[in-house]
Amino acid sequence: MAAGLIGKKVGMTQFFKEDGKLLPVTVIQAGPCYVIQKKEIEKDGYNAIQVGFERKEKKTKKSETGHFKAAGAGVFKKLKEFRLNESEIANYELGSEINVSIFQAGEKVKVTGFTKGRGFSGVVKRWSFGGGRKTHGSKFHRRTGSIGQCVSPGKIFKGKKMPGRYGNERVTLKNLEIVKVIPSDNAIVVKGAVPGATGGIVYIKK
Amino acid sequence: MVKPIIQKLESQQKRIDHYYVKPGDKIEVHSRIIEGEKQRIQVFKGDVIAIKNGLNNNRTTITVRKSSGGFGVEKIFPLHSPMVEKIQLVNRGKVRRAKLYYQRLRKGNAAKIKPKNIW
Repeated sequence: MAAGLIGKKVGMTQFFKEDGKLLPVTVIQAGPCYVIQKKEIEKDGYNAIQVGFERKEKKTKKSETGHFKAAGAGVFKKLKEFRLNESEIANYELGSEINVSIFQAGEKVKVTGFTKGRGFSGVVKRWSFGGGRKTHGSKFHRRTGSIGQCVSPGKIFKGKKMPGRYGNERVTLKNLEIVKVIPSDNAIVVKGAVPGATGGIVYIKK
Repeated sequence: MVKPIIQKLESQQKRIDHYYVKPGDKIEVHSRIIEGEKQRIQVFKGDVIAIKNGLNNNRTTITVRKSSGGFGVEKIFPLHSPMVEKIQLVNRGKVRRAKLYYQRLRKGNAAKIKPKNIW
């Protein structure tokens, strides 16, 4: 396990590989993150480092400044812990910077984000039901349809696919290939799509 | 709005050597073709009838049309692809439109685009 980064989805574009292949890619502005706190097994019950992303300059609360004081790297908007081994924690110093240089082009990463919230959605959008005919006298367009039988079983089974809140869900994508690392812009370019809207927070882990 | 990081990434991929291509131009596109392990260059000569997807990114494509044995053949090339080895200008065309789709309705001599006189 290695530490990851907190990032922001910048948007999607396309990228030509040298062999001529055209890839759909997502640009993520990742880090720089700063080590805010080290959690140790004796004290906290587990080993981890807590990193911060995006400095907060205005309206910092007293409790916040207190928490960030030991690291001395400023107050941050986003915090995230990465679980590490005891030996690995020793490599990180309080207040030190973690940036995109921990990644290399060609590596596979996990990217976690929150999908776009779609509100209260019907079954066609939420569960990809087929729906009915739009014309030819049909009165069944995007409705749910039958949700069960009669006296036996006499109930609706749990987990039945029905309308409801859709999206705004934590999703992790594994094995996303890093196409390019841009240290000057603190950005990484990964192949394919990443959960969430443009400007949304994503976590990148090895 | 295009983000500066994306703009930078796209402009790095752009090939400035292809910028002169305009609708109506007669051009030769030399594209690399990989067959198994071998590589060869294929030349496609025709008129540029459309440039699509804008010029300020790496997504620009050109549609090149030629007549081959009485049949019209169109090929779409990603302008900034590394598979396009080079593009040679044969002559500029005298056209009034950005998209020359009317060429698809024309045959024979009528389908010829008049070359532009460059003094």
